[in-house]
Amino acid sequence: MAGAHRHLLVHGQSPIHTMAPEAKIAATFLFVVGVAVTPREAVWAFVVDGVVVAVLMAVAGYRFGQAVARFAAVLPFVAFAFLIPFVASGEQVDVLWFSVSREGLWATWNILAKALLGTGASLVLAGTTPIPEVVRGLGRLRVPALVVSIVAFMFRYLDLIVEEMARMRTAMVARAHDPRWLWQAKPLASAAGAMFVRSYERGERVHAAMLSRGFTGTMPQLEHRPASAAEWAAAMMVPMVSLAAAAAGFALT
Amino acid sequence: MFAMHAPDGFLEPPVAAVTAVLSAVILMFALRQSRRELKDKQLPLAGITAAFIFAAQMFNFPVASGTTGHLLGGALAAILLGPATGSLVVAIVVIVQALLFADGGLSALGYNVMNMAIVPAFGGYALFLVFRRIMPTNSGGIVGATGLAAAFSVVLSAMAFSIEWLFGASAPVPFDNVFTAMVGVHLLIGIGEGVISALAMAAVLASRPDLVYGIRDLDQEAFAERTRVSTRAFVIGGVLTAALVAIVVSQFAADDPDGLEKVSIEEGFASEATDHALDSSIFADYATSGVDNETLSLAIAGLCGTVITLAVGYGVFRAVRGTRREQPEDEPAVA
Repeated sequence: MAGAHRHLLVHGQSPIHTMAPEAKIAATFLFVVGVAVTPREAVWAFVVDGVVVAVLMAVAGYRFGQAVARFAAVLPFVAFAFLIPFVASGEQVDVLWFSVSREGLWATWNILAKALLGTGASLVLAGTTPIPEVVRGLGRLRVPALVVSIVAFMFRYLDLIVEEMARMRTAMVARAHDPRWLWQAKPLASAAGAMFVRSYERGERVHAAMLSRGFTGTMPQLEHRPASAAEWAAAMMVPMVSLAAAAAGFALT
Repeated sequence: MFAMHAPDGFLEPPVAAVTAVLSAVILMFALRQSRRELKDKQLPLAGITAAFIFAAQMFNFPVASGTTGHLLGGALAAILLGPATGSLVVAIVVIVQALLFADGGLSALGYNVMNMAIVPAFGGYALFLVFRRIMPTNSGGIVGATGLAAAFSVVLSAMAFSIEWLFGASAPVPFDNVFTAMVGVHLLIGIGEGVISALAMAAVLASRPDLVYGIRDLDQEAFAERTRVSTRAFVIGGVLTAALVAIVVSQFAADDPDGLEKVSIEEGFASEATDHALDSSIFADYATSGVDNETLSLAIAGLCGTVITLAVGYGVFRAVRGTRREQPEDEPAVA
């Protein structure tokens, strides 16, 4: 599937799309933390969080089928979660014709709820924020400038490298290369090695080009509109819900 | 597989918090160390090699009968770029995947970065240095050491996840069940990782051995001219290494479940033996046999470890031999 990587962006101009990226990133992180610390017994808290995520995804412009398809990334873990009741210990209860662990069922619920809510929140962020905006948001959130610059560089060259690898693969397929077993992977692995050399050499050329244009070791900082107080307030409503639900969950269970 | 891109809620919040702090501290150290090594080249080189790792993870490799898997790349990145830069770029890939592609939970980033970037990069690099010492000092030896280090770096990740599970299990599944299943599955995943990493390393050594961080201290001339690997030396070295690793791994398997089991009893979540339905791994059943025939189960586990190690070695051996033959590599192999 070496091809264009999965851009998750949902095109649109919703209020979430236009919000400053740093507020969105911080809000998403805090919301997910709130979900993660919610006690598993507080089922209604997860329902509240779920409503928030569903509303946000709708506002962001996700269509139902599209949203379902994008949840597919967590499927292996969902499968794992469903195995837990059968291997977990503790008091056994009968569900249908199986005897399963009561604690294990709670664990399945816990992982499913938190994984799906976390994925949903991440999808809202990823779906409404173009890559350069995320990079800028990270910078404004005081992520070390060097890391932010590396991330920016990575994205600048990602499509180039992905497409170069795709061309190599096309060339191999055109020469009837159709590997089906691991021990036939040598040409592909050699291509990956060659790709590393090409990437590294490209990095050196880019560095030389940067030096010739006056690079001093740090990237110039571009000015952008910072998030307004109103935006921060609006964004923080979202994690307030999950954190309040978690706190209420602790108080009531 | 299970240790990779774990979603939110997979481990309990305290473990997520502790691993997040640990990962952040180690990454800051890696960032500074990488800066010292690469100077002002760090920005473009780390950025573009991060793009390479990201792209390489999207590249599908054949595994068996048309099914495919992909490279994880932690150990390979560390051997090519050094553990500091290697762990940094893989961590950046993991973080970006969570932020922009919803792969792995945001609250799970601490343990995902730990298990997918820090442990395989630093652990894999340490293993590489050990294997490099055992292997002959030529391109075949380096390729073999890369393959073994990459294979076992995946197992290290599985162990790291199991240990995190011990402290922050979100379900009452006993540690040794999780450990056995995780390590078993990841031994198999490790074969693919080892073979692909070794072959990729062979391609890099053939053209630019001077780029490989892991052999900076060695004589580059020896690698540039593609020394022919003495088949016998390679096989003997491989078998010895496999035996050594099997001993080490089985000792780990022998001692630690006991010691860690004790902890889990104290922590109060140890429990009666349960069915090993946790995974399709054949190893899950061997370790189930329980305490009364531990010797047997260990012997079998050790044997399997050796066989798998040899399989990795065999794949590497075929690859190295393949570079010398003029024929294409497409005739069916007798495995």
